[in-house]
Amino acid sequence: MNEFWHIEPRFEAAVKGYFAQPPQAELELEFPVPEKDFNTAGNGASETKNLLKRLGVDSDTLRRIAVAAYEAEINVAAHSKGGIMKCLIYDDLIHIRFQDEGPGIADMDQAMIPGYSTADELVREMGFGAGLGLPNIKKNSDALHILSSANNPTTVELLIFF
Amino acid sequence: MTLNEIVKLLEGEVLIPDTDLEIEVPCAFASDMISDILMCTKEPTLLLTGLTNNQVIRLSDMIDVIAIIFVRGKQPLDDIVEMARERGLPLICTKMTLYRCSGILYNAGMRSCKI
Repeated sequence: MNEFWHIEPRFEAAVKGYFAQPPQAELELEFPVPEKDFNTAGNGASETKNLLKRLGVDSDTLRRIAVAAYEAEINVAAHSKGGIMKCLIYDDLIHIRFQDEGPGIADMDQAMIPGYSTADELVREMGFGAGLGLPNIKKNSDALHILSSANNPTTVELLIFF
Repeated sequence: MTLNEIVKLLEGEVLIPDTDLEIEVPCAFASDMISDILMCTKEPTLLLTGLTNNQVIRLSDMIDVIAIIFVRGKQPLDDIVEMARERGLPLICTKMTLYRCSGILYNAGMRSCKI
């Protein structure tokens, strides 16, 4: 398996502490992300943002969460055979985990390069395929972890602190 | 600049009845790529685009889009207009190209959104 980690330096200790012993979440949300279903894709990000807004998360953090979650949700719909988006919400952070059913990212380094895309024609017609999905998720997250390889499922998980 | 002034400058057609055209629009962004729009929009922004699918309306759930100008004569389907109406998102169509719209608004003093 190939692995990618990005952690904002100021959150390094908090992120490592979190993953070493994940606490019990205050709230959990789960959304299916069906393959190539661009009618529902984005529902998860949208509903998660609305919930966090009601919980009083500030607007800049909300935007970062929504953009990162939306890009990841679209990635699952556009590039995989479908998957699940799971949100774990705590007092001070959100952990969003996307687990798909493959076919995996063959070249992780390439996938992280802004502008590189493997999107097909249908996906491009929708306005996706700019090759900015993963870079945009990385830019808006405090921690990003990707686990994948060719012909295997992909896990993308991100943490954003409030 | 108000939305009303923008509609006049771009010879636009307002798609949703009773849209408040007096709202102030501080800045704009133009693109046909959804990730570009998400990456570049961090403040309330007017969006100019040739995309007319449901995901372009969905964007307004994630970021602060003041209104959408559909360029090159593109017309969204009724269900897309309904999605925008539910969100209170003004939609405007113009026959002008993205380049021309951007030039006209820029010359009229509309700034680019902060990226």
